[in-house]
Amino acid sequence: MNNILVTKEVTKQFGDYTALNKVSLEIPKNSIYGLLGPNGAGKTTLIRIINQITYPDKGEVLFDGEPLKAEHIAQIGYLPEERGLYKSMKVGEQALYLAQLKGLSKAEAKKRLKFWFERLEIGDWWNKKIQELSKGMAQKIQFIVTVLHEPKLLIFDEPFSGFDPINANIIKEEILKLKENGTSIIFSTHRMESVEELCEYIALIHRSEKILDGRLSEIKKAYKNNIFKVGLETNNGDILLKGLTDKFTINTSQFDSVENQLNLTLQLPTNDSREILTYLSSKANINHFVETIPSTSDIFIQAVQSKSKGVNE
Amino acid sequence: MNKLPLIIKREYLAKVRNKSFVIMTFLSPILMVAMVILVAYLAKVNDNESRVIGILNESKFFSNDFVPSGTTTFVDFKDVTLEEAKDSVAGLGFDGLLYIPQDSDLRTVTSHSFFYSKDAPPTQVVERLENTFQERLRQERLQEMGISAEDFAKMDTHFEMNTATYSGETNLKGINEIKAFIGGGFGYLIMMFIIIYGGFVMRSVIEEKTSRIIEVIISSVKPFQLMLGKIIGTSLAGITQFAIWIVSASLLLLISFAVFDIDPVAMNSGAAITPNIGPGLPSVDHTMQLYAQELFKIPWGMLITFFLVYFILGYLIYSSIYAAIGAAVDNETDTQQFIFPIILPLMLAIYVGFFSVFSNPHGPIAVGFSLFPLTSPIVMLMRLPGGIGEGGVPVWELVTSIILLIVTFIGIVWLAAKIYRVGILMYGKKPTYKELFKWLRY
Repeated sequence: MNNILVTKEVTKQFGDYTALNKVSLEIPKNSIYGLLGPNGAGKTTLIRIINQITYPDKGEVLFDGEPLKAEHIAQIGYLPEERGLYKSMKVGEQALYLAQLKGLSKAEAKKRLKFWFERLEIGDWWNKKIQELSKGMAQKIQFIVTVLHEPKLLIFDEPFSGFDPINANIIKEEILKLKENGTSIIFSTHRMESVEELCEYIALIHRSEKILDGRLSEIKKAYKNNIFKVGLETNNGDILLKGLTDKFTINTSQFDSVENQLNLTLQLPTNDSREILTYLSSKANINHFVETIPSTSDIFIQAVQSKSKGVNE
Repeated sequence: MNKLPLIIKREYLAKVRNKSFVIMTFLSPILMVAMVILVAYLAKVNDNESRVIGILNESKFFSNDFVPSGTTTFVDFKDVTLEEAKDSVAGLGFDGLLYIPQDSDLRTVTSHSFFYSKDAPPTQVVERLENTFQERLRQERLQEMGISAEDFAKMDTHFEMNTATYSGETNLKGINEIKAFIGGGFGYLIMMFIIIYGGFVMRSVIEEKTSRIIEVIISSVKPFQLMLGKIIGTSLAGITQFAIWIVSASLLLLISFAVFDIDPVAMNSGAAITPNIGPGLPSVDHTMQLYAQELFKIPWGMLITFFLVYFILGYLIYSSIYAAIGAAVDNETDTQQFIFPIILPLMLAIYVGFFSVFSNPHGPIAVGFSLFPLTSPIVMLMRLPGGIGEGGVPVWELVTSIILLIVTFIGIVWLAAKIYRVGILMYGKKPTYKELFKWLRY
């Protein structure tokens, strides 16, 4: 039982529109899982199915090995993309209400709220109304309400939208701490770069279908295309470049005669860089030699392209 | 399921603590009582206004016909011209001058008489003068025809049909109307409650949508629970408000009547006049007694029981429709197109009730509308004061009506919950009826 959540060929239709088409995912326990894809790809629909807000037409969802049922709601924390709070209700009262809806007793909810309010240094907001707070402040409350009942699975839909960089960082730290304490976390976002560094696993959703999923490091490895960025210090760039062009595939090159700097991108046939390094070190002083790792959005674009090619053929 | 009380409590408190709600609750009875007092006071002042009317009578008629009565007094002018009389009336600040010219023929005199006043005269004054002239003309005619005043008085034949049920109970005329009026009062109460608090439910749903808290909540509770909690919480707030209104308004009325010395019975127009009829008094009293008896005979316990049944079912049906509308739209301005069809059956029920049920509580239209579920809460209540069974609403009609209402209730709540479930997560769309229909299949 290493997966907190498994979806098996989940399909959801709205009238004639297919929002999810046979999406199968495995979300490992105690990991951060990125659910990535452009707007309208079907991420939110999938999350709503996990939260039992809507139900799949076909397919199955397993939570911690069991088919998803109403009791699991208390073990899931969800921060929706469209989020807000009652404007005219007091902060503390509101947080208590939402915590109680998640099944906490009033006393327990109060205790935990006090703890979190102190931790995020917002203790004096208890009796304020939401309409008196800024958007970022309200988001903090929302975060607390999401994690307060200590769920096994946390789902954040576009978590950092609406946060300023400082608060976004605080929240990021808190999320990492939660992960350390054993919580499994799903990030859903269309801004892929925003969660890249956090996610161990990702799934790419495009036009209602999963086009790619797995461990992020493995995906990156698979999508590496042996392109290297090289910086050389030489006073005879032209000759060096000519020699290189004969032996290797040069994608781009640029020579700065003032700084005596030659910048290249190279395409190697394999991941083996020993030959070229030997050659280069004999010809010039190497400033840098870096393998370019594709970003998640690069991978996404490639995956989409290869997928649509596959469909066309 | 223990989340429902939580939701109800929050909805109730949110409503009751709302500033405008508090102000409405406490200000309305004061405003209402102030209105009643104002009307009563103004009526009193109006009646008490004393009027003085000058009369310039050049004819031989009408010498004894204008006697002061009530608040009106007459002042005779003699041996002056019309212009002089007008001047002095204006100078003395009288309310007008009645000019009766000289002629041997009464009809010529009357048709050339004039009433002069500063502005257009009050209807009461003119009516009074007209009555005097009419009476005089009638006497003249009677004389011409050779009929004595005594004979004429005997000709006044007032007749009332005696009515009774087959079992011999005396029926009172107009009692049907009174009964329907009582039922109508209940029906009207239901309509007002639905329109006011249904609207509250709708606005509360819209607020949850615009504040974007809805998805946070329905990740914890079922949308249906939320909808139900909202409806119940809001109606409890409504009942609280009504209770406060009724108690405080009646207290205030009692106090103010004591303070301003207004006799509440006298305000019932007609009641104040009847005692003047002298010989008619005992019979009027007797009739009143019969009416009172009849009112006591209205099965109040049954009526209130069925009021509650129809009220609860009717309110639940309509407020779940309101909730569905609130879920379907993004802001209140978009609700108009959907609200009209809801209010229509309510209005229809009230108007059909007042026009058709009053005159014939068991006619085909009354029966039809009291069976149709969207109008039955109002129309059936108008019929019910007549009793159940013989002479009243047949048992089968009552049973059918309630069964239809329950079936509709289940159906409508089911449909509304579906629309609600889809609608609360739809943003930025102005839905059409076609789209709502599509949501039912999601």
